[in-house]
Amino acid sequence: MPTIPIFHSSIIPVLSGERDPVTSLPENLIACPDCDLLQRIPSLPSGGKARCPRCGKVVAVRKPDSLDRTLALTVTAAIAFIVANVMPLMGLSAVGRTASTTIIGGAHEMWVQGERITALLVGFCVVVAPAVQIGFMLAVLLAARRFPAPSWAGTLLRWSETHQPWAMVEVMMLGVLVSLVKIAELAEVIPGIGMFAAGALIFLLAAMTVTFDPEEVWERVRWANGGVPRPPSVPGATGAGEADG
Amino acid sequence: MKQLPLTAAQAGLVLCEACGLLSRPAHREEPGYCPRCNGELAFRRHNSIQRTWALIVAAAICYLPANILPVMTTTTLGSVEEDTIISGVVLLYTTGSWHLALIVLIASVMIPLAKLIALSYLLITVQRGSIRSNRERARLYRLVEFIGRWSMLDVFVDTFVVALIQLQPLMAVLPGTGVLFFAAVVVLTMVAAESFDPRLIWDSSKEIELDADKRRS
Repeated sequence: MPTIPIFHSSIIPVLSGERDPVTSLPENLIACPDCDLLQRIPSLPSGGKARCPRCGKVVAVRKPDSLDRTLALTVTAAIAFIVANVMPLMGLSAVGRTASTTIIGGAHEMWVQGERITALLVGFCVVVAPAVQIGFMLAVLLAARRFPAPSWAGTLLRWSETHQPWAMVEVMMLGVLVSLVKIAELAEVIPGIGMFAAGALIFLLAAMTVTFDPEEVWERVRWANGGVPRPPSVPGATGAGEADG
Repeated sequence: MKQLPLTAAQAGLVLCEACGLLSRPAHREEPGYCPRCNGELAFRRHNSIQRTWALIVAAAICYLPANILPVMTTTTLGSVEEDTIISGVVLLYTTGSWHLALIVLIASVMIPLAKLIALSYLLITVQRGSIRSNRERARLYRLVEFIGRWSMLDVFVDTFVVALIQLQPLMAVLPGTGVLFFAAVVVLTMVAAESFDPRLIWDSSKEIELDADKRRS
């Protein structure tokens, strides 16, 4: 794999004495989300990254073929998610008796045992939030195939990003692993199909975040105030670039 | 005239935290909503310091019962055994899986505590207007933000152990009240990290100094 070039974005020379330093905002002008520094993003090659020169935050990335690749991964993730939730996660046999649980079955048992708030939290983090993440992403990516994309695609993308830290499939899988070891002391455990599907889901969700460039969707979405974004000038250029490589 | 780098706030611009659009709001006091994604705009997150402090204090209060109260109760043919988070770690260690014991210890005991300390440190330095080691503090914040969700580990462990070990009347595992407090610590610290505005770390600096410049000199 080629090394990813990393750039430092350049600082705009703003005259500090001027009352209105930036009258019309140039397109490549951004502010760092972590330190608020105004800067210009250099034009990035496919796969390039730009970091804020002050705090080191990655402020821009160009991901190759982001929307199509993410769509393919999202469809696969949706299938893995359904299998992971329908099939048993793990089962056990002890003293001639067997038991098994699904992901939602775990949350349900907590509810039955009286820990209702914890049950709701677990259900939210391992079922609802990942489902929202996958479902919204699917809708956003399909809507973004059109130009301009409808403004609801932007609203969904905004919601899906606030949900993301709460989708904890990978944390759950580590928890499942630990509980397997704990239970192995007491009974024989049998990993279920759901566990393998959930394992695959972790990698698919991670790959989705790696390939997805939200900026590419934002550039295509119809604005909330009714404005239409400028038609992207890049597709021809990126297409040519890919043909070369 | 000297040319200086500026922050967006100094230039009267506001960055939408949801979609990354930079815009110039009509009113400085009330930036309103993002013209592109309709997300609420703010130069800095609202009442960031007070909110984060309140959440940290609440999390710190829950941290104690989370570690003292049992997270699960195992009933085996009449004998009852209560497990706290720490005794769960000890159990894992004594049964030979010391690496899992270490993971649970780090995720359940050390990360929540480290998060409380790190966020308090960030808040205190911001309130005192510190301008030292900004870059390190920014990195610390990113670490806190990234690592927080892994503390949820023990909640999932308890959930699946409880879900599977229901072999009444031979053996059954019931969740304890500790789980609720523990989950509260994780959620409160995660929300606290989200309500802290990392841009406050840099706001006290009078002159914007760039790391790239420092390396050159």
